[in-house]
Amino acid sequence: MPLVLNKFYSIFTLFIVIFFTVNTVQAKDAEASGDLKTEIKEYITHHLEDAYDFSLFSYTNKSGKHIYIGIPLPVILWDEELHVFSSSKLHHGLEVVASGNKYYKLDHGKIYRTDASGIIFYDESHHAKNIAPLDLSITKGVASMILIATLMFFLFRSLARSYEKNGGVPNGIGRFFEPIVLYIRDEIARPNIGDKKHGKYMSFLLTVFFFIWFLNMLGLTPLGVNVTGNIAVTFGLALLTFLITNLTGTKDYWLHIFDPLGSSMKWFAKIPLYVILIPIEVLGIFIKPFSLLIRLYANMQAGHIVLMSLIGLMFIFKSWLGSPLSFGLAFAISIIELLVALLQAYIFTMLSALYFGFAAEEHEHH
Amino acid sequence: MEKLIGEFSLGLFFWQSLIFIGLLFMLRKFAWKPILDAVNDRETSIKDALASAEAARDEMKNLQSDNQRILKEARAEKEVLLKEARATRSELINGAKEEAQEEAQKILSQAQDAIQSEKRAAVKELREQVGSIAMEIAEKVLQKELENKDRQLELVDQLLQDTKLK
Repeated sequence: MPLVLNKFYSIFTLFIVIFFTVNTVQAKDAEASGDLKTEIKEYITHHLEDAYDFSLFSYTNKSGKHIYIGIPLPVILWDEELHVFSSSKLHHGLEVVASGNKYYKLDHGKIYRTDASGIIFYDESHHAKNIAPLDLSITKGVASMILIATLMFFLFRSLARSYEKNGGVPNGIGRFFEPIVLYIRDEIARPNIGDKKHGKYMSFLLTVFFFIWFLNMLGLTPLGVNVTGNIAVTFGLALLTFLITNLTGTKDYWLHIFDPLGSSMKWFAKIPLYVILIPIEVLGIFIKPFSLLIRLYANMQAGHIVLMSLIGLMFIFKSWLGSPLSFGLAFAISIIELLVALLQAYIFTMLSALYFGFAAEEHEHH
Repeated sequence: MEKLIGEFSLGLFFWQSLIFIGLLFMLRKFAWKPILDAVNDRETSIKDALASAEAARDEMKNLQSDNQRILKEARAEKEVLLKEARATRSELINGAKEEAQEEAQKILSQAQDAIQSEKRAAVKELREQVGSIAMEIAEKVLQKELENKDRQLELVDQLLQDTKLK
């Protein structure tokens, strides 16, 4: 009822004073938007988190029941023994799932072990106290990664094959991706790592670039996945950069960390300096990949929040001026996000190459 | 920070690492290595082709300069030959001229000699003839003059007189 009234009111007043209309609608909506705002906020939070099923959309039917449309994914739990069941059984936390002789329930995005009646105990800060089993479920994020990995495998294998078939010249989609592969080799790997040593890092750099880029792009589709904006994923990627950097580190790399001044100073003069310098250098080993994981996570997370908030604003404004305005803004931000998707992949790859460059250096001592 | 750690899902991390590392190795074997190898091959073949084109151009240039040089040499040789021929010709002509002159001189002097001797012979003959004619005339004159004795005596006298005078 208020919706119809608002619309009528808006159309009517739009012809008189637009500004007045906006004010009026906001005033009229103030009462109802309390719910709407929390709903949008919840929706955004829910979207940013990983989920146990691939939900496409949901609606409330006439009897007030939430109907979810989507693809259920397998839930895999390790709780003394392996438990595998479909995520549709969780019913979005409404029902208790019996698996083996144990019972599980979804609560605030996590699965907990409960008793048959599905009671969750909370502590003072509203955290569930129930035991959480080791959760290795194929969640939405995992499914997205499998999708992207499969896509990448077939895409780049077909590119590799087109060279064989076509006498060293790519065809089809490979013509688009070959310059990017060459760009990563010639503009990222070679200048940062060096002509001689870049070869062994190329596979990682290429894989990580396309993996992040494609996942970022997938995050911009209406499927609503947020994989690269998940701390566990960016942590995994940065951990690999960290491991590769330090496992391929040359003597010079470690010397640079533990003896940064080299022979430019006498040993007794270096001691007081090294008390400060060495901890900083050692900390740097960890800070470098940590900055990678936070940068990617925060950028993608922020992008999604801004985009979804702007989309949410359309429903809050519900006016002839505000909604198109926020739509326009959301559209503009989407375009910027397309750029950010590429940019973040580039930055992650670029900085990884830079760190590999430090690790691989064998240089003139300074 | 606490929120970040709370958000951290071990399962997602596990699957992410597994998928990513799996993808990394699969792509390395089936995609990146063949792609980069093919690209490298292509680049080296382009480089080689460019280098060989460069070499061919250099060779062409060399050939051209060779041709130029040979042409120049040939021209110089022609010049020399021509000069020589000209010199020979003038030498020949000069030689011939000299020879001809000499020959002419010789012929001329021979002719002169011949003329001289003919002349001398002619003069001699003429003299002899003139002498004999003069003798005949003198004979006849004397015969006529000395027909009488007086005349003979007068002459002897005159001759004697002439002889004394000398």
